Amino acid sequence: MRTNPLLIAFTALVMVFLVAPLVIVIGSSLSDTSFLTFPPRGLTLKWFANVFEVDAFRTTMLTSFELGVFGTGLSLLVGIPAAYALNRFRIELPKWLSSVFVLPVLVPEIVLGFSLMKSLTIGLSMPYFTAMLIGHAILVLPYAVRVVGASLAAFDFSIEDAAISLGSPPLKTFFTVVLPNIRSGVIAAFILAFITSINDVSVSLFLTGPGISTLPIQILAYMDQFFDPTVAAVSALLMLVTVVVMAGVEATLGLTFLTK
Amino acid sequence: MTVSLSLNSVSAHYGNARVLENLSLEVAPGELVSLLGSSGCGKTTTLRLVAGFLKPSSGTIKLGERDLSHLPAHQRDIGIVFQSYALFPHLKVVDNVGFGLRQRGMGAAERQRRAMTMLERVGLTDFAERYPSALSGGQRQRVALARALVIDPGLLMFDEPLSNLDAKLRLDMRVEIRRLQRANGTTALFVTHDQEEAFSISDRVAVMNAGRIEQVDTPETLYTRPGNAFVARFVGYENMIFMRVVSRDGANVVAEIEGGARLGLSQELFGAIPDAFVLAARSEGLAVAVDGDGIPATLGLRTYLGRAYQYRCETPVGELVANGQLVAPLPPGAKAVLVPMPEQCCILAPEAR
Repeated sequence: MRTNPLLIAFTALVMVFLVAPLVIVIGSSLSDTSFLTFPPRGLTLKWFANVFEVDAFRTTMLTSFELGVFGTGLSLLVGIPAAYALNRFRIELPKWLSSVFVLPVLVPEIVLGFSLMKSLTIGLSMPYFTAMLIGHAILVLPYAVRVVGASLAAFDFSIEDAAISLGSPPLKTFFTVVLPNIRSGVIAAFILAFITSINDVSVSLFLTGPGISTLPIQILAYMDQFFDPTVAAVSALLMLVTVVVMAGVEATLGLTFLTK
Repeated sequence: MTVSLSLNSVSAHYGNARVLENLSLEVAPGELVSLLGSSGCGKTTTLRLVAGFLKPSSGTIKLGERDLSHLPAHQRDIGIVFQSYALFPHLKVVDNVGFGLRQRGMGAAERQRRAMTMLERVGLTDFAERYPSALSGGQRQRVALARALVIDPGLLMFDEPLSNLDAKLRLDMRVEIRRLQRANGTTALFVTHDQEEAFSISDRVAVMNAGRIEQVDTPETLYTRPGNAFVARFVGYENMIFMRVVSRDGANVVAEIEGGARLGLSQELFGAIPDAFVLAARSEGLAVAVDGDGIPATLGLRTYLGRAYQYRCETPVGELVANGQLVAPLPPGAKAVLVPMPEQCCILAPEAR
């Protein structure tokens, strides 16, 4: 196949555009200076050590992780049955119903955050963590419904009928026949939702309160006061977590299923 | 244990739309009955009602002595073969076949043994350890058949099982389904839109239209003596000609068609002919002749069928389709007469026009 030099140049440009920020962040995190700079001057891992020495990073990291896992878990608990019903009873249900589950992505996050604060924290006087958990679950619900829904749209419901006709009760059939066949969709939904939750600032910002915060908010707060490479080190660590997750996915399922 | 299936004035609705109206059907023990009709006639709805996937708005469904009406689908003891095969993609072939046995609490060893025996009967022992995705369409449908049969169900149901297969395979599977169903003596309900398929596989065929059964009979009876115009058209009687008897002489009658033309018909050949009737004729049931006792016609478009020429003919009763012999074909525009051939015609009640 003939390759166009222009095409190669363009591809290279895109790659640089995508990769350069990552390189800069990792580079800055290794700099032996007390301010952010690139290219790094000197070489040190002390900023990485510093991440774990600053209490606020440790606790918010844990909070973000908990919100990510349990918020996503909660959204899947609601989202999988919703996606199932939307697909199985597509003909009987009104068309607008499926759009309702996409609203959290369509509504500006600031608005979503504000209205959640008004209703959950102020209106219902919920504890901050509970409010954030529900907030994150709502924020990532579209991913749960849509991605699982895409798997279910490709699922032949005759298979479920077949299992039932062979004597398997409907609920058991869902767990033993439907769920194993939409497994990749559920995992993909979990990963997308988890990453969205971990990255979220706007919604969390409205729902945090005294004594509780998430990692992205803490990074912002830290940068307000200090300009040292600790922030770059946290970012590099987040990247590492992402890479590990993706490597795990690649090893078990193959990355292509994310794009399916 | 072979049991009968009986549907007693079953009706069903989707929202406000009535899709099934007072449908009654008896399937004798060990009998295979087809529901035949075009899409939307209610045949699949009937199958889903019997399976328990839909609830009838009224009427009862009984399998043997058991009233299925209020039994959930998973307790009905019915094996179903679906158009899409509907195999479990995450289970090996042998576990697909063993699925129903497992639901019945059978131990792993016995399950394996029975599943393998069943796979042997459909000629797929070598594929037991494969996943369905590694099988061809015909093989998948064999697995589906084995899976439905191995639980020894009171009723076997087929929902357009051959539609996804190519023509050659369809014929083989047809024979295979019939052979296994006969050997097991299982009562069966077979849904299809394909007339040839229904006729070749069934003991009796129920022709459905707009949520009702028009006629249930053996394929031979349906083909030669359809009960009404809908069934007649469905089984290939293309021409419907209204006639009135003007005189009778023993077994021979003289009938008149619209426009005044007359022709003689023999009751020995056509059966009893009432004073007013509709003559239903296949295209090969109207022979094109240069002259004689028949319906006067002007020949129109001529098409070659291989075994005959087919003509669209202008007649006093409208356009008719008739076949002419291969030797010395007549040109379009020629005057001719159409002579009814008794073995390809039938006599219907006059309202059947």
